[in-house]
Amino acid sequence: MEQVAIRAKNFNHYFGKMQTLKNINLEVQRNEILGIIGPSGSGKSTFLRALNRLNDLVFNSRVEGLLTIDGKNIYAAGTSIIELRRKLGIVFATPVPLPRSIYENIVFGPKMAGIKNKIALDKLVRQSLEDTAIWEEVKDRLSISALKLSGGQQQRLCIARILALKPKYILLDEPCSGLDPISTMKIEESLRVLKKDYTIIIVTNNTKQAARVADRTAFFLNGELIEIGNTEKIFTVPEDKRTSDYISGRFG
Amino acid sequence: MLNKAKIEQKIILGLLWALTCVTIFILLFIIFYILRKGLPVISYNFLMTNPEDMGKSGGIFSTIVGTITLTFGAILIATPLGVGTAVYLTEYTRENKFTKIVKFGSECLAGIPSIIYGLFGFILFVIKLQMGWSILSGSLTLAFMILPTIIRTSEEAIKSVPYIHREVSYSLGSTRWQTVTRVVLPSAMPGIMTGIVLSIGRSVGETAAVIFTAGSTLRLPSSLFSSSRTMAVHFYILAREGISMPNAYGTAAILIIMILVINVIAYQLMNRFIKKYS
Repeated sequence: MEQVAIRAKNFNHYFGKMQTLKNINLEVQRNEILGIIGPSGSGKSTFLRALNRLNDLVFNSRVEGLLTIDGKNIYAAGTSIIELRRKLGIVFATPVPLPRSIYENIVFGPKMAGIKNKIALDKLVRQSLEDTAIWEEVKDRLSISALKLSGGQQQRLCIARILALKPKYILLDEPCSGLDPISTMKIEESLRVLKKDYTIIIVTNNTKQAARVADRTAFFLNGELIEIGNTEKIFTVPEDKRTSDYISGRFG
Repeated sequence: MLNKAKIEQKIILGLLWALTCVTIFILLFIIFYILRKGLPVISYNFLMTNPEDMGKSGGIFSTIVGTITLTFGAILIATPLGVGTAVYLTEYTRENKFTKIVKFGSECLAGIPSIIYGLFGFILFVIKLQMGWSILSGSLTLAFMILPTIIRTSEEAIKSVPYIHREVSYSLGSTRWQTVTRVVLPSAMPGIMTGIVLSIGRSVGETAAVIFTAGSTLRLPSSLFSSSRTMAVHFYILAREGISMPNAYGTAAILIIMILVINVIAYQLMNRFIKKYS
């Protein structure tokens, strides 16, 4: 398999007349964790949502340029958006369990994909909850409402929910913004483990989080990609002054 | 100063409390009065035999059957139409001129007095479409009458489902239809049910729209094309023509009890549903 998993080439995105991403050029390597940092409104989330075409839900969303995933232009006519979204699972800033049981949350995606076999579904539930290290905590109460879990557990459930679809990519949109430090730590641990099997992109407002988990880090500002490189380099000797200003907390 | 604010607070509290009491008192008084006058008439025979002698004697069985079939028919017609419209307006289209016209239209429909619906149903279904005075004509007319309520409440219920639930559903690879049927509608169901229960109440108690379209025969209906008298129409005629006041109260009491029972059952169903989805 090609080492480059995602490639953006002169990629632009607009909501109506407002340009939200400006000429983005970047590559995401297979099985790496790419951190995306930048102040709010810098286009990080928009970029993430462009990858699984979630922006399409907004009626006046429009793109230009190339965005290829596994060698295919995902905005080409005839692309199955549903397949794409199954391949790139996304976790949102606030944990959003659907109002139903833990079990039903996990099997939601697979069921929509047409899997009906109870044994297969049970296996998926166990596997994905184990992969996010929450199986032991919930195995005896899979039928209780997912809303009864703590915030951190809910967020790991949401990660488990996308794993049940057997994606290749995990997109995280500020997944720890509402969580306590211990829950945050647990999720970061999960990510390091998941990296073996998945390519992960994590958007975060917390630069320290990027420094902790990301192999490479990209810095977005006002819809532009300012700099991308090894996390260590970005955080120690960034090339662009704006990057160092942001990281040292001088703005944003 | 502080004291004054405290006194003011107390006066307002007392006033609001008194207003609430008055409301509840009026409500209970009406129910109590009708039940007191009506309950003595009610017996197994009153419920299970058909009216005789224009309703002076005998029971009200045929009118109970008439009420239930008419209401059931109306709900059966109006629910898919109303919920479907609401789903289209909220999930399948953006706000535009067309949706504004539909919404404005349905709000206007909601304000039309029921007797106008009766007249409309009479002209369209009874005469023009030659359905005659029948359960079908009555159900269709009632369905039009309750449609705005069902559209409105369904729309509100659907809108109150958090947008992010839709995003989650789409991001897990659902189609729009799956998102609507598996995520949005289950969450909106309690609200939609409220609209349906309100509509059942209106249909059961409706007189003007029904008397024009379903007729007022006392015979037990045998098909959708039979004419039928509902309980509301029955006690209207009993009281208005001075046939039998006790029987009129008896019918009214049954009507009230029926609405109460429907409400309780719907409430129970809703609770069970909410438990499953939260």
